[in-house]
Amino acid sequence: MKGKIEIDQELCKGCGLCIQVCPKKQIEFSDALNKKGYYPASFKERDRKTTEKLECTGCALCAIQCPDVAIEVYREEKEQSTTAKKAAPTDE
Amino acid sequence: MKKVFARPESLKLTPFHYCPGCGHSIIHRLVSEVIDELGIRERTVGVPPAGCAVLAYNYFDVDMAEAPHGRAAAVATGIKRVRPDLVAFSYQGDGDIAAIGTAETIHAANRGERITAIFVNNAVYGMTGGQMAPTTISGQVTTTTPLGRAPLRDGYPLDLSEMLGIAAGSVYIERTSVSSPKWINKTKKAIRKAFMVQLEDRGFSLVEILSPCPTNWKMTPVQSIRWVEETMMTIFPPKVIKDVA
Repeated sequence: MKGKIEIDQELCKGCGLCIQVCPKKQIEFSDALNKKGYYPASFKERDRKTTEKLECTGCALCAIQCPDVAIEVYREEKEQSTTAKKAAPTDE
Repeated sequence: MKKVFARPESLKLTPFHYCPGCGHSIIHRLVSEVIDELGIRERTVGVPPAGCAVLAYNYFDVDMAEAPHGRAAAVATGIKRVRPDLVAFSYQGDGDIAAIGTAETIHAANRGERITAIFVNNAVYGMTGGQMAPTTISGQVTTTTPLGRAPLRDGYPLDLSEMLGIAAGSVYIERTSVSSPKWINKTKKAIRKAFMVQLEDRGFSLVEILSPCPTNWKMTPVQSIRWVEETMMTIFPPKVIKDVA
């Protein structure tokens, strides 16, 4: 896995914008409510039907779009020099 | 794995009170990131508006001074004139800067005050329940224009940024959006440049940001960012309106 994201379930308000921008379609609504009563977004590591492992690239588009700053993005260090500057210019 | 995206230091870990899908909190984050990158957190003073962002002092980890409705430009002027070493920015919505605060804003721009204005345009009065604002576009349904804004009765949408572009003292005016990651990155660059104009002591800078208001537009968050791109951008095209920097 090249990257992963962590979504703070209590900060998320379930607006679904991250789901819309994810190029790998790896984010979905959670089945459980959070304390505020929203269905928060959650990170999907495996495809529901095929149980195949999905490849998050750590592009950070979801975190850039997230209105509640609920997403933290992690990426493997090897890829750092080539993809980091291109994909996430907002984080230095 | 290395963390490549996290909450900026100048943004407190307080959950936002904004509605799901609101653009305000994205803009809060961008301003905080710029403050962090420029290393001006200890000498920045923000002036929040009356409106949904009135509680911005709960979120920014910098000094804040609340202004009366629309008078953020005047308050920021005072701060900057008394303490020129500080970085003063105002954070205003369209009901604040383009309605009740038009006079203060135009004169601050014309005097070339060394302040930065962040102008969040969502085409509606958000906090009070979705009434028509000066920036409401023709035909848009609000609680006070239930059949849509009719220009002959209600007037035309006000393009404040173009007006400020005419003012001699303004240096940098740009209109952007937060409707997609691409536009969010552009917005951050614009905010950074606006702060740089102030740090270089050149004059007045303003960034107008088209921002979704799903609650008062009666849309889902995804529909609202589409509406920004498909409808609002035709009336308020994103562009650099003035750049003499």
